[in-house]
Amino acid sequence: MAKLYSEKTPQIKNDLNPKEETVNFLLNYSKALSVIDYNKLKFEALLN
Amino acid sequence: MKQELITDAVLVSNYLQGDESALSVLITRHKQKIYSFIYSKVYDRDITEDIFQDTFIKVIRTLKLGKYNEEGKFLPWVMRISHNLVIDHFRKNNRMPKFDNTGEFSIFSVLSDSSLNAEKQIIKEQVESDLRRLIEELPDDQKDVLMMRMYQDMSFKEISDKTGVSINTALGRMRYALINLRKVIDQKNIILTN
Repeated sequence: MAKLYSEKTPQIKNDLNPKEETVNFLLNYSKALSVIDYNKLKFEALLN
Repeated sequence: MKQELITDAVLVSNYLQGDESALSVLITRHKQKIYSFIYSKVYDRDITEDIFQDTFIKVIRTLKLGKYNEEGKFLPWVMRISHNLVIDHFRKNNRMPKFDNTGEFSIFSVLSDSSLNAEKQIIKEQVESDLRRLIEELPDDQKDVLMMRMYQDMSFKEISDKTGVSINTALGRMRYALINLRKVIDQKNIILTN
């Protein structure tokens, strides 16, 4: 029955991982982002 | 394996205290699960990559702004963010469907630029100026009727009123104007097409 009703879906590979450059970008983004607290206000600043 | 001993909650807390390497561990630990989850919804590597990146940008900003308070539930929280971004992605695409032009149907078969290219524009101008010169050669009465009819878009009634002749005369002059034009064009082998 399952065969009758289910369409073949694309096989999801197990080795799905983001590109290294994406991960590196995120790590650099994290290093560059700083949050400045000022009188209960929070400012974001990207320092590159 | 040693990395696994440090819980997500501890890593998050270390990260909040400025330990950037803790984020690296968190990403490495969970990237495959999150990436596969997004891919299982969108089935496109590039879109998955974008949503994965946006997910962690949101994670980083939330953590740095001190708005994160779900200690011990780091992965479900990140999954929830990516899930919401996947929904946003589909919503955006529904509103503005993407046309990737990869199938048999090509969008360019129905879309075309109707303006003339440079060559055709020059030919058109040439033809028009040739025709104007030919019209100048016509007898005045025929020329007037033709100019009023073709260039000023007047009706034969209006032409007859303006020139003070009957409609039939105006029609006759127009007919002779065209006959004479054709005659000259044939005699001189002028090509007036583009």
